[in-house]
Amino acid sequence: MTDPGSQAELVRHSLRRRYRKERRFRFYGIAAIAVALFSLVILFTDIISKGYTGFIKTTVTLEVHLDGELMYLNDASDPDQIAMADFQAPIIKALQGYFPDAVSRADKRELSRMTGSYASNQVRDLLKENPGLLGSTRTIEFPAHDTVSVYVKHAGDPGYSIRLSEQQQRWTDELVRKGVIDNGFNDVFFSNGDSREPSNAGILGALVGSLLTMGITLVIAFPVGVAAAVYLEEFAPRNGFTDFIEVNINNLAAVPSVIFGLLGLAVFIGVFGMPRSVPVLGGLVLALMTLPTIIISSRAAIKSVPPSIREAAEGIGASKMQVVLHHVLPLAMPGMLTGSIIGMAQALGETAPLLLVGMVAFIVEIPDGFFSSATVLPVQIFIWAGSAEQGFVELASAGIMVLLAFLITMNAFAIWLRKRLERRW
Amino acid sequence: MQTVDLLPLVLVLAAVAYGLAYRRSRAVAAPLGGIRNLQALPAYYAARAALWCALPALVILGCWAAFEGQVIQGRVMASLPAELAPQTDGQASLRLSQISNLAAGKLNPALVPEGVSGAATLLQELREQSSRFKTLLVILVAVLGGTFAWTRIAPHINARKSVERILQCLFFMCAAVAVLTTIGIVFSVIFETVRFFGKVPVTEFLFGTSWSPQTALRADQVGSEGAFGIIPLFTGTLMISAIALMIAVPVGLLSAVYLSEYASRRVRAVVKPMLEMLAGVPTVVYGFFAALTVAPFIRDLALMLGLEASSQSALAAGLVMGIMIIPFVSSLSDDVINAVPHTLRDGSLALGATQSETMKSVIFPAALPGIMGGILLAASRAIGETMIVVMAAGLAANLTANPLDSVTTVTVQIVTLLTGDQEFDSAKTLAAFALGMMLFMVTLLLNVIALKIVRKYREQYD
Amino acid sequence: MRLGTITNPMNSDVVKEMDMPNLKEVSAPDERPAETVIEPGKTVGMPFTANPRFQLRNVEVFYGENPAIKNVSLDIARNEVIAFIGPSGCGKSTFLRCLNRMNDSIDSCRIKGSLQLDGQEIYSPGRDVVELRARVGMVFQKPNPFPKSIYDNVAYGPRIHGLANRKSDLDDIVENSLRKAGLWEEVRHRLGAMATGMSGGQQQRLCIARAIAVSPEVVLMDEPCSALDPIATARIEELIAELSENYTIVIVTHSMQQAARVSNRTAYFHLGHLVEVNDTSRVFTTPEHELTESYITGRFG
Repeated sequence: MTDPGSQAELVRHSLRRRYRKERRFRFYGIAAIAVALFSLVILFTDIISKGYTGFIKTTVTLEVHLDGELMYLNDASDPDQIAMADFQAPIIKALQGYFPDAVSRADKRELSRMTGSYASNQVRDLLKENPGLLGSTRTIEFPAHDTVSVYVKHAGDPGYSIRLSEQQQRWTDELVRKGVIDNGFNDVFFSNGDSREPSNAGILGALVGSLLTMGITLVIAFPVGVAAAVYLEEFAPRNGFTDFIEVNINNLAAVPSVIFGLLGLAVFIGVFGMPRSVPVLGGLVLALMTLPTIIISSRAAIKSVPPSIREAAEGIGASKMQVVLHHVLPLAMPGMLTGSIIGMAQALGETAPLLLVGMVAFIVEIPDGFFSSATVLPVQIFIWAGSAEQGFVELASAGIMVLLAFLITMNAFAIWLRKRLERRW
Repeated sequence: MQTVDLLPLVLVLAAVAYGLAYRRSRAVAAPLGGIRNLQALPAYYAARAALWCALPALVILGCWAAFEGQVIQGRVMASLPAELAPQTDGQASLRLSQISNLAAGKLNPALVPEGVSGAATLLQELREQSSRFKTLLVILVAVLGGTFAWTRIAPHINARKSVERILQCLFFMCAAVAVLTTIGIVFSVIFETVRFFGKVPVTEFLFGTSWSPQTALRADQVGSEGAFGIIPLFTGTLMISAIALMIAVPVGLLSAVYLSEYASRRVRAVVKPMLEMLAGVPTVVYGFFAALTVAPFIRDLALMLGLEASSQSALAAGLVMGIMIIPFVSSLSDDVINAVPHTLRDGSLALGATQSETMKSVIFPAALPGIMGGILLAASRAIGETMIVVMAAGLAANLTANPLDSVTTVTVQIVTLLTGDQEFDSAKTLAAFALGMMLFMVTLLLNVIALKIVRKYREQYD
Repeated sequence: MRLGTITNPMNSDVVKEMDMPNLKEVSAPDERPAETVIEPGKTVGMPFTANPRFQLRNVEVFYGENPAIKNVSLDIARNEVIAFIGPSGCGKSTFLRCLNRMNDSIDSCRIKGSLQLDGQEIYSPGRDVVELRARVGMVFQKPNPFPKSIYDNVAYGPRIHGLANRKSDLDDIVENSLRKAGLWEEVRHRLGAMATGMSGGQQQRLCIARAIAVSPEVVLMDEPCSALDPIATARIEELIAELSENYTIVIVTHSMQQAARVSNRTAYFHLGHLVEVNDTSRVFTTPEHELTESYITGRFG
């Protein structure tokens, strides 16, 4: 063998090359993390920049003279007359007050597309409730038409195309200057269900639907999951069937979620005849999907309870069931809760299986029970993202922000819970 | 009463049974010199009474609720006069909704044929009957169960043991839900798939190169040539998954390596949760991102480079799916790398190896089986991922190798075929279940292999 | 690390490597003779030599806030075999790992004092760890062959350091190292076999062969025989005696007999203090310090 001196020389000689490699390798690692974090940042900025305008609504505030003659209405308490009357006319009239030379038929049509298509309904409902207002003049705040709202919020943004005529753009500019058209906080978004008109659509229906669905999921998945975990950890005999259950749970955890939709469709709707689109059905499907997650985390929590505690309780003469119910479960509960919250957060963001069991319907009313048709937050986002009107894109982004806010809150709560209830053995 | 209202009633009855049995057991114990002379604590006698009261009643309630609708429907349909009886499933469901709307008073009776209104009256009647009978039966069973338990309150009977046995059975049934779910999945896909293969030959499904289920809408076109060939769906799925893995595997693996080997504790504490955040973002958000931001960006970029790109390119969907899987790969690799014993690392470092040399020639080869398992799991994830592709990939089943083209996937087709109006017996609907079965089998296979590899790997170092 | 392990004396050394701070409290022996007082930094016997390979002065090691080594000064001569002995948790392994900076990877570990190898500071900022470790090799408590072939295990070091230009050179190095480790005759016909399939004693000798394949000047051995049976241990001890002709060997051991058999000098550590250093024969016949005497006569440890 060569003498140590020249060995050391050889080692020193190779060092430069090796350190270059080392640096390159380290750089790859940093680059990988940078790619991942960059994606995260891009994702969030994209959604926020697309969606913050969803929280802003564009309104047109007009002094409307509720002229009976104009509306072909002389008695607002008569339902037949209300059904036939023209409530668009006074709005156009009010706008003509700003643009007196807009009198042609075409001009009038363009004027009527300054306010949203629900504006006339707004006038109708006002008169229906207060027939006495007929003939008076009221200041009413109308939602602006989708195209006007896009123009006001996004003029100059290449992501949006402006679909207003030049005349309408001029009008809009004028009205903005006069303060007739204004931006405000979009309270409609938080108080309405879905709508065909972006300015009238809100997230509340989907939010309530999500809460109802999650309620069902929690009520089913948590007790069943915990009980299953207790059985497998504490009572199950070591035999083939127990192994089979375990293999099953591990595999179910990795089954694509859309398959659970097929299950819901074929079994719950097909065999048991459950109604479509209802929170009970969605909650059931999501519960089955979440179950493996809850079982796995609950088992981990039970495993972490030290054997000494079991031995102590058994030594006093407690039965196996008493040991479990009095000692193991309370000690494992924080871990189980944490796992369940994380599982619920997954379920809250899940979309695919719900599409298959019909929760993708267009639902305007806020659902009022476990058996009324409903949709959920992620599905609502999906529907809006696929809608043609430009205004829905910002609503979808805003919806995503609401959804993410819920998810972050849930995860933060889980972390807080774990930190707080964490026990050091 | 309706099922929903009966539930609380049963619970109230159970609570009453608990209270009565508790007092009874104390009363039984009093002359003997206190509860110490009972075989079990009063609470156990009470719990047993409550369980006896509630469980049988709940079982009956559940069965009733599950089959009530079917039975009533069958009888109502059978009552229809021959000329109104539906010929196909589609007609049947139409007729049924007509009848139930009529019964609910949402439909004007004058607008429907005579026989239908008769059926509606029958439906209403049957429903009321069923409801009355159900209520009566449930209350009866609850009371009987409670009474039985009440008679078994005696000092020599150990109620604790029977309560514990019942509880253990309940726990077991909860664990069995996982098995039932699997069985449910298998049966629901197999059943419909077999029906599908009655309409479309298996060979055509597996080896056909053209997929256009929409043409099969008309009855005379069912099973028409090449409409249900799965090959383009498989190539589409594979292409998008491959793109996703090409992003996720290197990025996930290298970031896991960096975090476990190089990063200081502070960096780790910041970066790890951020990576996990990527995993917590719902897939619909990724789908939105892919469809509205990444896909247009890629199309514009391709145009700038003079390439033709679809606005629903496979590249966009794959790219975003890759981002979604990064945290999955990195956390699995992290586990696997940390499972390599510390002594191996020390052994290599003590010889004067640099960290990257240690990583590349000692830890990596040792962790390779585990990493392979992780990649398989990630692949199964990518294949089963639905929302990103539903929103960002196309519907046209192109057989192409160009990532800038639009392709469709198995999951996209399942969702498209099953959303909206559907009849249970059309080849189009059944095809979705056949696709579901393929998807289930492929992902199951990947998972089983992956879990086996990972477990074997763990055992090697335990 | 689970608590259960710490209460098990057989495994306590595993704990020591990973979890020094905890161990300190656990292993503080109550049965320490009450009358004995350790003077910090004061070592009895002959800690210093002329022309040392290692010159270690006022070394202190901390895990977080907990001191693991308290003001230790020691010289290690060329081509001597020095044994570190002492009860569990006394810091001997920690001290050993400082000599080729294997403690670097423990975040909470801080080192003070002067540690010199051939007159150069081991812990100076410009010091190259890779080069240091190529000169100061190490053999661990548990045999840790890489999950590769026997040949690749031995060839690993020379390969990464670029010590062989040709395949035949590498073959020579592997053969030489295996011969020196006394393993050649057993494995010459199955160099391609997985190293993990060998017996524990063979694995440990392979690890020694792997360490000396880089031709280090010093070999650190951290209880190299603790996981081996008596026959394999005897084989390793013979090997140490043979190697001592060419290498400086620092060996941590739990077995006093082993220290007596293989070493020229013995250093006794106690609760982070270096209590006594002397010729091995002297330490085991007429120890100067009461604590050393208590330990070697089996009163605690």
